[in-house]
Amino acid sequence: MEQFIHNLPPMDLMRSEKMTFVQLIIPVESAHRAITYLGELGLLQFRDLNADKSPFQRTFVNQVKRCAEMSRKLRFFKDQINKAAVVSSPSPALQPVIELEDLEIQLAEHEHELMEMNFNSEKLWQSYNELLEFKIVLQKAGGFLVSSNSHAVSEERELDENVYSNEGYVETASLLEQEMRPRPSNQSGLRFISGIICKSKVLRFERMLFRATRGNMLFNQAPADEQIMDPISTETVEKTVFVVFFSGEQARTKILKICDAFGANCYPVPEDITKQRQITTEVSSRLSELEVTLDVGIRHRNKALTSVGFCLSKWMNMVRREKAVYDTLNMLNFDVTKKCLVGEGWCPIFAKAQIQEALQRATFDSNSQVGIIFHIMDAVESPPTYFRTNHFTSAYQEIVDAYGVPRYQEANPAVYTVITFPFLFAVMFGDWGHGICLLLGALALIARESKLSGQKLGSFMEMLFGGRYILLLMSLFSIYCGLIYNEFFSVPYHIFGGSAYKCRDTSCSDAHTAGLVKYQDCYPFGVDPSWRGSRSELPFLNSLKMKMSILLGVAQMNLGILLSYFNAHFFGSSLDIRYQFVPQMIFLNSLFGYLSLLIVVKWCTGSQADLYHVMIYMFLSPFEDLGENQLFWGQRPLQIMLLLLALIAVPWMLFPKPFILKKLHTERFQGRTYGMLGTSEMDIEVEPDSARHHHEDFNFSEVFVHQMIHSIEFVLGAVSNTASYLRLWALSLAHSELSTVFYEKVLLLAWGYNNLIIRFVGLAVFAFATAFILLMMETLSAFLHALRLHWVEFQNKFYHGDGYKFRPFSFASLTEDDY
Amino acid sequence: MYGFEALTFNIHGGYLEAIVRGHRAGLLTAADYNNLCQCETLDDIKMHLSATEYGPYLQNEPSPLHTTTIVEKCTLKLVDDYKHMLCQATEPLSTFLEYITYGHMIDNVVLIVTGTLHERDVQELLEKCHPLGMFDSIATLAVAQNMRELYRLVLVDTPLAPYFSKCITSEDLDDMNIEIMRNTLYKAYLEDFYRFCQKLGGATAEIMSDLLAFEADRRAVNITINSIGTELTRDDRRKLYSNFGLLNLLSVRTLIRFVLSWKNILLISLFLLNYPMERARCLTRHSTKRR
Repeated sequence: MEQFIHNLPPMDLMRSEKMTFVQLIIPVESAHRAITYLGELGLLQFRDLNADKSPFQRTFVNQVKRCAEMSRKLRFFKDQINKAAVVSSPSPALQPVIELEDLEIQLAEHEHELMEMNFNSEKLWQSYNELLEFKIVLQKAGGFLVSSNSHAVSEERELDENVYSNEGYVETASLLEQEMRPRPSNQSGLRFISGIICKSKVLRFERMLFRATRGNMLFNQAPADEQIMDPISTETVEKTVFVVFFSGEQARTKILKICDAFGANCYPVPEDITKQRQITTEVSSRLSELEVTLDVGIRHRNKALTSVGFCLSKWMNMVRREKAVYDTLNMLNFDVTKKCLVGEGWCPIFAKAQIQEALQRATFDSNSQVGIIFHIMDAVESPPTYFRTNHFTSAYQEIVDAYGVPRYQEANPAVYTVITFPFLFAVMFGDWGHGICLLLGALALIARESKLSGQKLGSFMEMLFGGRYILLLMSLFSIYCGLIYNEFFSVPYHIFGGSAYKCRDTSCSDAHTAGLVKYQDCYPFGVDPSWRGSRSELPFLNSLKMKMSILLGVAQMNLGILLSYFNAHFFGSSLDIRYQFVPQMIFLNSLFGYLSLLIVVKWCTGSQADLYHVMIYMFLSPFEDLGENQLFWGQRPLQIMLLLLALIAVPWMLFPKPFILKKLHTERFQGRTYGMLGTSEMDIEVEPDSARHHHEDFNFSEVFVHQMIHSIEFVLGAVSNTASYLRLWALSLAHSELSTVFYEKVLLLAWGYNNLIIRFVGLAVFAFATAFILLMMETLSAFLHALRLHWVEFQNKFYHGDGYKFRPFSFASLTEDDY
Repeated sequence: MYGFEALTFNIHGGYLEAIVRGHRAGLLTAADYNNLCQCETLDDIKMHLSATEYGPYLQNEPSPLHTTTIVEKCTLKLVDDYKHMLCQATEPLSTFLEYITYGHMIDNVVLIVTGTLHERDVQELLEKCHPLGMFDSIATLAVAQNMRELYRLVLVDTPLAPYFSKCITSEDLDDMNIEIMRNTLYKAYLEDFYRFCQKLGGATAEIMSDLLAFEADRRAVNITINSIGTELTRDDRRKLYSNFGLLNLLSVRTLIRFVLSWKNILLISLFLLNYPMERARCLTRHSTKRR
């Protein structure tokens, strides 16, 4: 047995990679290059030796800051490029490789240039906007004035006095004032202010004006036809032109203040129509001039942005890597002489040669006098867990990791999950029509693998894409199980020859009451199609699926216990084999293994025995005669023996282990009374392993309680877990019944009518129900139940799952949002 | 519904409570403050803050930082969080949240009015306002010449209007009047807030009455100390005190009125009232600074 196990071929995925703790002593001059090469290699996980220091107290904080500053500039460029909607494909390998220092200078130049351009164009935009607004105001307000003039004629007489007093004032006003405020009209004493304001503020503006002037004003407004772009936020704003008529100097200052407060821009509009026309043309010509200037500016800016855009992604990548390198360098310690950096970390043993080669290359390339020292050390904590997965296995490893990362070198359930997970799923989802739908989906995802893997997907799509190989196997197995259940969208087919049954007479009228007659050999593969719709369909399928679930469950649980043997064997703990594995194996198999045996015997012999009865009376009255329930000779003595074995197995797994542990502990410390007093340094040199054994206080009661919990959990778990596997039957039943309902009560019912519309509606309902309820909801529920069976029923037999993942320093794992 | 609050709480408040609890995890810890103490440059502070919840708000700032930028951006985070919560809140939580901002609103009004009196630029003043206390027509405050106009033009639209109607009597705007206006507004605001919380009942009333009482006392002490040596009469002074809080005993207030060595008397009066020791110290320390 031992020999056989040793001679098994190694399984890469079964045990995580052997790791080793290494120390690097790197001369300062080659440190940066060495870390860069290691990042390209991506097989060394550094340990943070400066965890107690805050980020800005570390050695390379300035470089990190510079990188952060550069990435800020790059973000700025990206933002600007996105805003300007400049498309520039990155041209690969055209630019020469540039150093970080040069890049920094270059970036600063670009930023400066861009800022200046932005500033200039902003100013231009502002004046452009002003002119545009002026133009709009002229157009709209001109209309108001014309109409108000005709109104004002009637008021002419009353306001005459006012006019003259105002005339004098205007004369003395400054030139600027005159331009700001148009001359009051000769016909009326009213004055006005015209301007433009954001549409959203109009209402409040008007109310405020009304209050401030105590209602002595007239407010006219008209929406502007053109939208005006805000140069800072580059959003277009809807504006409204307004003209306020009022009288009195105090009101004027108030209104101007309010305009100011509301951000309304006031523009003077002459009342004279000829003057208006003159200004309008002037403004228009200036506008077109400005437009040309702006156009040139935009073109210039876009050109600059395009040139930046060429290398943007490359620069971003470079800065990101550079920052990662400095972050890693910050994890290293200076040695005493301050000439070397000391780093510690984990690497897989197979990667040692590669790492050494990379380090040598770094020494050579940086012309360092001193080589990099790379040696293996002993570590206190347990190593990280690292599996070399590929496209196919990584998804399954993810399923296992979601429960808990395997302990270092522990048996990895993912190896078995690859097959058992999709298979158990398929047992619940057995329908080869639905299976084919899933298969098409999975194949579509796999066919577009190379295209999709580069893209950013939505969270749901990403989940589907990540599990594409799980989906593939799940669909293949559900086609297989569907063929066994003989269901194609719940319809049975005669694929493998004719049915074994036929009707008693030609009319087939009593098929549902009296049953069918068997006239030829069994249907060669899967369930006979004639069972469908017969009276005994459900009892037959239920019994079949129930028994099958128990067989599958017992098999998987046995596999789990066997894996606990492999674990104990691997870690050299014979105690676990003798006092845990053996009694567990005996207990499970003497009860549920025996049940499985009975099921198989009953299937083979076609016996009528009642298995419930056998199992129940095996406990209640083991010495009684089995009577008609006897399946094979010698069943009664076998049952008594198995019952005894099961009874013995319980104390066997409960008591010996804690007592033996206690004995071992006391023995170990009897010889140690002197040894412990030696200096600790001596101890480490003599016995390098000592660091690993942290002598904890041995607490017998704790160990005993722990063992008791374990044993009780196993004994009870054996029953409940076996029962839990019955979910395979339950979900499979639910799935087939549900699809039957949709097929018979929707599709067939609709097809019964000779009406095209009803048929079409029925088909549509059937298609939607199949797609959303059966293909999505049912897939999800079967997936979750398969997940539970693996996490709980299978893995609790052997799996610790308290390890931590190997996270090497690698450029490949740096993502977009990482900086 | 008292006693069954928890039954239906999650319908409206569950999400927001989760958010608030989440924000608690985003508070800077003692270790963070220790690290901040060791910073030598503003860049160090930025670097340290980038690891906290403030990181995203600071990361796009160009390197020569100013203290004002840091404060501004960190306040922006507060405001964003507040706005997010306000958007999600339903009645009466949304009203409660709005009540919180009224204090800032009063301060902003006072700031703008004082600024306009001293002929400062409105834009400059607006920048100094606390963003939580902004309202739409705040810039128009500068238009008003006296209290009545202030109320009639601007404040009548704001939630402060009912509070303001009480100090409308004093006509002209000057420094002294503004302080009185601030305190009248505050008194009305605190009393209103207190009533609102009492109306809500339950845990809100319990906790908020305690907090608001402290705030009212703090203001009462402040008013007393700052008004010594001014022409404010004792009746005027009494008008500014809130009508709740632990100091709400006329005897104590009359005591405070005769203050000569104000600090001692204050302490004695606080002890007389069995005022919690911690708070008494807090109050006196604060008042000393103001003085």
